[in-house]
Amino acid sequence: MHRGFASLLLSLSLLVLAACGGRAPKTSGAEPGARLLTEPQYRSIIADVFGSQITIGGTFDPLVRTNGLLTVGASLARVTPAGFEQFDRMARSIAAQVTDPAHRDYLIGCAPQDVARPDDRCAEQFLGRVGRFLFRRPLEREELATRVAEARRAAVELGGFYDGLAASLGGMLVSPSFLFVIDVVEPDPDARGSMRLDAYSKASRLSFFLWGTAPDEELLRAAAQGELHDRRGLERQAERLLAAPRMEAGLRAFFDDMMAFEDIARIEKDSIIYPAFSAAVASDAREQTLRTIMRVVLEENGDYRDIFTTRKTYVSGALGRIYHVPVDRPDGGWTPYEFPEHDPRAGIVTHVSFTALHSHAGRSSPTLRGRALRELLLCQKVPDPPGNVDFSKFNDPHSPARTARERLSVHALQPACAGCHKITDPVGLGMEHIDGAGQLRTAESGVAIDARGSLDGIEFADVGGIGPAMHDNPAAPACLVDRMYAYATARPTQRNERKYVKYLEREFARDDYRVPALLHKIAISDALYAVRPPVEPSPAFARNTP
Amino acid sequence: MTFLIPKAVSRRSVLRGAIGGTTVGVALPFLDAFLNDNGTALAATGAPLPLRFGTWYWGLGHTPGHAITPKTRTSAGIDFLEECKALKPHEQYLNYFGGFNMPLDGRSNYTHFSGWVASRTGSAPSSNSEIPAPTLDLLVADQIAKNTRFQTLDVTAAGIARENYSARSTNSRAAAEASPEKLYQRIFGFEFADPNKADFKPDTRMVVRKSVLSGIGEERRTLFRKLGSSDRARLDEYFTSIRQLENQLDVQLQKPAPNQACAIPVSPRRDGPEQNMPQGLEVDTVIANHRMMAQMVAMAVACNQTKVFNVVFSDNFSHMRRPGQTYTHHLLTHEETQDKELGYQPVAFWFNCRTMEGLATFIDAFKNIREGSGTLLDNMLVFAATETNYARVHSLDGVPVFTIGRAGGRIKTGLHVVGNGDPITRVGLTAMQVMGVPIDSWGTQSLRTSKTITEILA
Repeated sequence: MHRGFASLLLSLSLLVLAACGGRAPKTSGAEPGARLLTEPQYRSIIADVFGSQITIGGTFDPLVRTNGLLTVGASLARVTPAGFEQFDRMARSIAAQVTDPAHRDYLIGCAPQDVARPDDRCAEQFLGRVGRFLFRRPLEREELATRVAEARRAAVELGGFYDGLAASLGGMLVSPSFLFVIDVVEPDPDARGSMRLDAYSKASRLSFFLWGTAPDEELLRAAAQGELHDRRGLERQAERLLAAPRMEAGLRAFFDDMMAFEDIARIEKDSIIYPAFSAAVASDAREQTLRTIMRVVLEENGDYRDIFTTRKTYVSGALGRIYHVPVDRPDGGWTPYEFPEHDPRAGIVTHVSFTALHSHAGRSSPTLRGRALRELLLCQKVPDPPGNVDFSKFNDPHSPARTARERLSVHALQPACAGCHKITDPVGLGMEHIDGAGQLRTAESGVAIDARGSLDGIEFADVGGIGPAMHDNPAAPACLVDRMYAYATARPTQRNERKYVKYLEREFARDDYRVPALLHKIAISDALYAVRPPVEPSPAFARNTP
Repeated sequence: MTFLIPKAVSRRSVLRGAIGGTTVGVALPFLDAFLNDNGTALAATGAPLPLRFGTWYWGLGHTPGHAITPKTRTSAGIDFLEECKALKPHEQYLNYFGGFNMPLDGRSNYTHFSGWVASRTGSAPSSNSEIPAPTLDLLVADQIAKNTRFQTLDVTAAGIARENYSARSTNSRAAAEASPEKLYQRIFGFEFADPNKADFKPDTRMVVRKSVLSGIGEERRTLFRKLGSSDRARLDEYFTSIRQLENQLDVQLQKPAPNQACAIPVSPRRDGPEQNMPQGLEVDTVIANHRMMAQMVAMAVACNQTKVFNVVFSDNFSHMRRPGQTYTHHLLTHEETQDKELGYQPVAFWFNCRTMEGLATFIDAFKNIREGSGTLLDNMLVFAATETNYARVHSLDGVPVFTIGRAGGRIKTGLHVVGNGDPITRVGLTAMQVMGVPIDSWGTQSLRTSKTITEILA
């Protein structure tokens, strides 16, 4: 068992006592929806069902970040022809790998009588078993028969059982039942006239929330037995998922989304200005921050706000060159590291993953950093820049500006700019002792950097003060709650849920900002599974539906 | 460990599969016999050569006063200044549209966003992510590209797949292909049927795939019963995408007509000079990748793989940069000092010049492919535009647009068209009408227009 899970279980048992403290406001949820799998979810499911040795190529259509999360954007996403072509390409590649000689013996679980001919028995066994994981529910009898018939026809056409099986499996992998997480509703026997999610939809919601992937065997079994409609049954499953090692991957997926790390892979730094920066640095920077967060919130079951102040982190060889920390790990592994007291760096906002991601290729950007900090970590909307800025002031040939502070001071002269830059720059300027690649510095263009900064009334002398300012900012934990709830429901938060989110914020504070407690509370809440009846289609739409 | 495998299976038994290589075909010599005597139609059917449509995008506009000399009325001849001098040899294939405006009706100018959305959708966005209507390339594709292998081909040399300026709506935007190698595999990989190959045998695997896809289409009615109205519309688009792939397979199951213009290019990975191609936004990398991609797209068009394409040279915040320089192209437009003698920002101008040279390279890629008695450019129309007139101030009036190609003789070229403040949507409307989209007006609010630019019609 993960060493943090014991404390997690302890906290969960304490939760039962704490649960008596307040009554959760009622919600009515949203209409049942169909959410496109995100790229991380797609990859997780394929790895969980077939193993991580199955490679996935292809490009996913971009999602629009909604409620601060790509996962929520997926609830609005559509599939373009080019996007579907990519799904089809990935599906065929996965199906070919699963059925190839290197994998078939242990993945398919049965063998045909004759590899050159169809074999309905083995096809049914495999497709039924794999379909249950991919569709997150058992296949209906007719549905399975159709898939088996497809495999049979294809085997005849292509001259081999495995080719036929691959064709049918490829079809499953582009089916809407796989690509979309579809809410199925049924009349609620406990509330006349109301609807509820069916057990399998509940299982999916719970599993994608806590594990970032499809339900496993045990969760599907519990759904089949109707246990998820029973409070105790639901709690048992939620606590099982929370206590499992797989939980860490699920929580990482959440923070990866919240921190907008999808962009980190394509960070590009100028190799002349920042010779120590490399693709390995970018990749390791993401891992460093996720490891740091996991240690605080999961392993130690600590106060979420400590991620902004902790000096404890991990470094790799590549990161060691950026942090100027010797790392004696020729195997490329990770070393625990604690920034010393005299080092101003502490907390994830001072990590390379934040400072380099929100900078330009050849220099830092207080504005980008300030905007990212407010939007990603405090859930505050920074207005877009106006379209009518007079840039002549910036282009003043006699300007002596050599530092970012001097350059940005011009914005104060422009009323149209000043409003927004007042929101972003004071905190961003406080990070100027870290350059665009995430390295410490004291001067820019030969001029000593004035790295004073402020955040919502808290002033600090340099980047060392930003962690405490974030830690004590009430918007930081409220933002985590807001994002966590939206991530759990995987759709935009509804007006009828606002009071519930406020309630969660209060509960989070009561629980000393412990993330596992928050996860647990949401996982077993009525709110997570609440659903409104779907609006019936218009008669015209129904007529046009073949 | 997987959900499928019992725990007893050892890791050692899990072997990594290999991915097979691909074959690169060799083009046969040209066969002029397939065209009619004057090279304007296919001899077998008498049908005219197909019309194609494309877009070319560049970020950050022009340097006013140093790109194209303004005119007061529409007339023949485009006066290319220093920034655009690379386009001079292509004047006979170009039209330049200057003096067209982009009224936003009180909506914000979302910098580097409103401009491209308005010119390509005919509507001004009300947020920095809204795409309120389909972009014009997709309206054209709906009209002319139903039965091609790719409904559209979207590529970017700017390295950012999501920066594709083609979308059906905010949440329906395809990723652009950002890797020349992947683009090559997608077009000319193992699924490509060489039209000039003597033998053709329909691929049984495609027959099977089509059958499987048809089966998925039948799930539609069942699914729709479960969903609210907005999700039904979203799922409907998914099923439309399936039908598009079925159409694509239909095309691939038929023997392609011999095509003298089609010659499979060399793979950039296996045989090209650019092995281990760099990815990134250093300007030389962008230029090299763009050149390769333009040549591949041009050949995809010549080989009838697509009739509609979108090429991005640089993104709307052009992150292009020079090695060792702290300023990107975008930063330069706002922060570089204007040289008083020259009258512009010298390094930003330098990037703009490289961009127009990129456009010239793009034109060359199509011009170098013979088709009938002319070149590919005779049978296509490209809408080449940007999102601002002058990036330094984000201005939206006078945003420059070029059209490239003669659209099968439907338009005149070599013209400088003066907009006199008319909405820029007139250019898009005219382009779509030329391509056969049955519309008599386009756009919303002040961007709505029904005024075709008749001066360019042949």
